[in-house]
Amino acid sequence: MNIHEYQAKELMRSYGVAVPEGKVAFSPEEAKKVAEELGSGPFAVKAQIHAGGRGKAGGIKIVEDAEGVYRAASELIGKTLVTHQTGPQGKLVRKVLVEKASKIKKEFYLGVVIDRSKERVVIMGSSEGGVEIEEVAKRSPEKIIKIYPHPFTGLKSYHAMALAKGMGIDRTLVKDFSSFVINLYRLFMEKDCSLAEINPLILTEDGKLLALDAKINFDDSALFRHPDIAQLRDFEEEDPKEVEASKFKLNYISLDGTIGCLVNGAGLAMATMDILKYYGGEPANFLDVGGGASKEAVTQAFRIILKDPKVKAIFVNIFGGIMRCDIIASGLVEAAKELGVKVPLIVRLEGTNVEEARKILSESGLKIELASDMADGGKKAVEAAKRVS
Amino acid sequence: MGILVGKNTRVITQGITGEQGRFHTLKCKEYGTNIVGGVTPGKGGTTVDGIPVFDTVKEAVEATNANASMIFVPAPFAPDAIIEAADAGIEVIVCITEGIPALDMLRVKEYLKKHTKSVLIGPNCPGIITPGECKMGIMPGYIHKPGPVGIVSRSGTLTYEAVYQLTRRGIGQSTCVGIGGDPIPGSTFVDILKLFQKDRKTKVIVLIGEIGGTAEEEAAEFIKENVTKPVVAFIAGQTAPKGKRMGHAGAIISGGTGAAKDKMAALEKAGVIVVPSPAMIGETVEKVIKEKGIKV
Repeated sequence: MNIHEYQAKELMRSYGVAVPEGKVAFSPEEAKKVAEELGSGPFAVKAQIHAGGRGKAGGIKIVEDAEGVYRAASELIGKTLVTHQTGPQGKLVRKVLVEKASKIKKEFYLGVVIDRSKERVVIMGSSEGGVEIEEVAKRSPEKIIKIYPHPFTGLKSYHAMALAKGMGIDRTLVKDFSSFVINLYRLFMEKDCSLAEINPLILTEDGKLLALDAKINFDDSALFRHPDIAQLRDFEEEDPKEVEASKFKLNYISLDGTIGCLVNGAGLAMATMDILKYYGGEPANFLDVGGGASKEAVTQAFRIILKDPKVKAIFVNIFGGIMRCDIIASGLVEAAKELGVKVPLIVRLEGTNVEEARKILSESGLKIELASDMADGGKKAVEAAKRVS
Repeated sequence: MGILVGKNTRVITQGITGEQGRFHTLKCKEYGTNIVGGVTPGKGGTTVDGIPVFDTVKEAVEATNANASMIFVPAPFAPDAIIEAADAGIEVIVCITEGIPALDMLRVKEYLKKHTKSVLIGPNCPGIITPGECKMGIMPGYIHKPGPVGIVSRSGTLTYEAVYQLTRRGIGQSTCVGIGGDPIPGSTFVDILKLFQKDRKTKVIVLIGEIGGTAEEEAAEFIKENVTKPVVAFIAGQTAPKGKRMGHAGAIISGGTGAAKDKMAALEKAGVIVVPSPAMIGETVEKVIKEKGIKV
């Protein structure tokens, strides 16, 4: 799960990780009030969307006074911001973070993430801040210092010392830095983060370390033990179809193509997208109905696909193991009766209760093209989509 | 026998009194798996369809001599269930449970380093099957057939798809291992490849990977140096967008790593036959078997 910068900073503040003074605002009036409470300028007004690259896209403005904050917030709120991470359709700005602007002396990078191949949490620091860390990793990997604390004992001050030295942090600041990074690590571990990134971490002209930007992602699997974090989820930042699907425990991701897919299992769902592409088609979505979906969930899955105007053909690819084919078939028939199917429907069923499922489909009177296997279904779906469009 | 499980595997189920645990335990028993008991804390002394239930894994092991365990315990309690199984000396631990927090798995794996006797498969996996001998997991048993192909995969249903393509061609499997779709799996591709390379029954290996992480790249490194048997591979998610989690917690292209094309290139460089379409797994293995004159 992703959260906004302002939420990440509030969380960091509560853990003793130094962030600039500031607050979120939902309107220009509110933004101005926040600025007045903060005192004298200059201020930074930052668009709050779930995507990076805001600076280059004009989503961050530095202004002199509270009036300037009002104007900046007026420009940003309600605007659709297009960054390299939002896709061409962009993201609507609904709120801004108003902060005291800082005079930057030096920029660093600090990030905490899980290193999957080492099976450890890794803390990465670099003297190269404010740029994409992947670029630094490619260009000059020696400039990234990595610390792998033991999962049972955690991050120690000697780790922080090594990190500080490697990052070129001044001796006089090591104590501050040490508590900064240890608190960040504590936040990562206690809240089950999957990423906590500060880029840049700045040294201000008056000698303070501050998280100028902050990005935190959480492990979805751990949200059950963090109700406080779960309620930070901003549904407005997500695709409404994906939100709808998640209510029924369906894994759905909206894509740009024309062939709607309904599959059981994440691997098979990805492979189904691949096979469509292999035969020259484009999937309209990724949809994994999961192992034990109910008829209601399957019906809902079809509803989402049938309502998608991009969809020119539908490919149902089911290998019933736990998932019974007859449940898929009755869900399909139910949704088709309710909404009507105006596009070609290609169905490939295999596995548990497949005979029963075929009977349900043939008795429904629905126009269905049955596929003999995955390749056959993929080919038929691609041809059908091309015929229609 | 194939690898890890076979005729002599004595299986218990942790979480046997839950709906899933009970259902799949009975399915495994039907298949012919030697199910010797189950564990649910507080329900010791009862039975599930004639299978004795114990309060702890240790008690179950003492009473039944079990050497393998299937875990169907809910995610918040599954890490403890894995540790308990290892502490009781269980050799093969198969954790079916989905949704275990990644930081819990880091701690579990660190703990397992002390228990070198135990192998963990999963979590978030379909399990492991040596066709005709032992099924420990949720895969449909009937699609399998004993034979020379070892399968290791991060995906459940895609494994069934590959098995089905093989069985339809009359080609059987030595053992099929679903290592699971989580970012921190108990066993990696490399762990299982080591076993397949040593196993005399396994003549061909099928590796099914997916986007996310670098496990396939590590497998490629290992294959290049250590695997002499032919390997056929497919990587799911060639068309997946960046930054989106494709169902599995581990299936995400992020921070410049995890893309399918890099994994396919690494495997090809290691001499692996990489198929571009999932529908080509069966026919490709068939070709390899004919070329090498392998008996099926």
